[in-house]
Amino acid sequence: MKKLILMFFSSLIPLILNAQQTTENTIDMADAMRASGKIYVVVAVLCVILTGIIIYLIKLDRKILRIEREVNTKIKK
Amino acid sequence: MAQLKFILKNDWWKLLAILLVYYIVIAGMLIKVPRIAIVHESVRNQFFHVSMWFSMMILLTTSLIYSIKYLGKSKLKFDLIAEEFAYMGIVLGILGLTTGSIWARFTWGAWWVNDPKLNGAAIAMLVYLAYVILRNSIEDPVQRARIGAVYNIFAWSTLLPLLYILPRLTDSLHPGSGGNPGFNIYDLDNNLRLVFYPSIIGWTLLSVWIIQLRVRLGNIKTKIEEID
Repeated sequence: MKKLILMFFSSLIPLILNAQQTTENTIDMADAMRASGKIYVVVAVLCVILTGIIIYLIKLDRKILRIEREVNTKIKK
Repeated sequence: MAQLKFILKNDWWKLLAILLVYYIVIAGMLIKVPRIAIVHESVRNQFFHVSMWFSMMILLTTSLIYSIKYLGKSKLKFDLIAEEFAYMGIVLGILGLTTGSIWARFTWGAWWVNDPKLNGAAIAMLVYLAYVILRNSIEDPVQRARIGAVYNIFAWSTLLPLLYILPRLTDSLHPGSGGNPGFNIYDLDNNLRLVFYPSIIGWTLLSVWIIQLRVRLGNIKTKIEEID
């Protein structure tokens, strides 16, 4: 599980490098923010929140699985 | 090891959901997006706000299919699945409305504009909230399932004209409305597509995971009732 997540993150590195390129245009975009690296702060925060929610979901899933097995053994008795 | 095999065999789609959701958040924030006037950086909302509606449509259509299945086979387990799919669809719809409201404030200038698509979406949500109230007001499970299934078909049929037909008959601020379906300018950008399509699948899979947990809880409840 941990390895899978790590593998996934490492596959995203080229994407991050690509995002640092800036182009000249008249429309304002958050280029400065991205160049100085601050956008990664937001990404990190989002990832932490997401990780929390997903761990919560996994725990809930396993808890329900345990109750399911308990009920099934009770029915067999 | 046996547990890992179990997970890979039965729950591979949950792993896929996790990967996709991380991809949406990371790539959605970092990928290069087209420079569009007024919208600017907020075009990234397409990976979150727009995909909420697409996922909602998938969930509510699945709910409809299970309602029809219930009417054909009269098995309460189908009704449970239809119910949970509809509930999660409503959650995504409400999220779509609120995120859309925030986006509208900073691109169109107001929290709520009299756009046919916005009003249509709000009415559609009310129609589905009536589904929840209707279900909760009937005590007998068989009767609740029957009336709920019939109402679900009605609710889904109002969804299509409200969200997709009426906004196109008049002018709408939404891209693709006003007689011109599709995403036109957005659709030309391959970078947006690279995140947008996976984002629909990702949010849908994450919702299905939550739905599955609720359906399993419902099944446990009926089993315990049978034991008693």
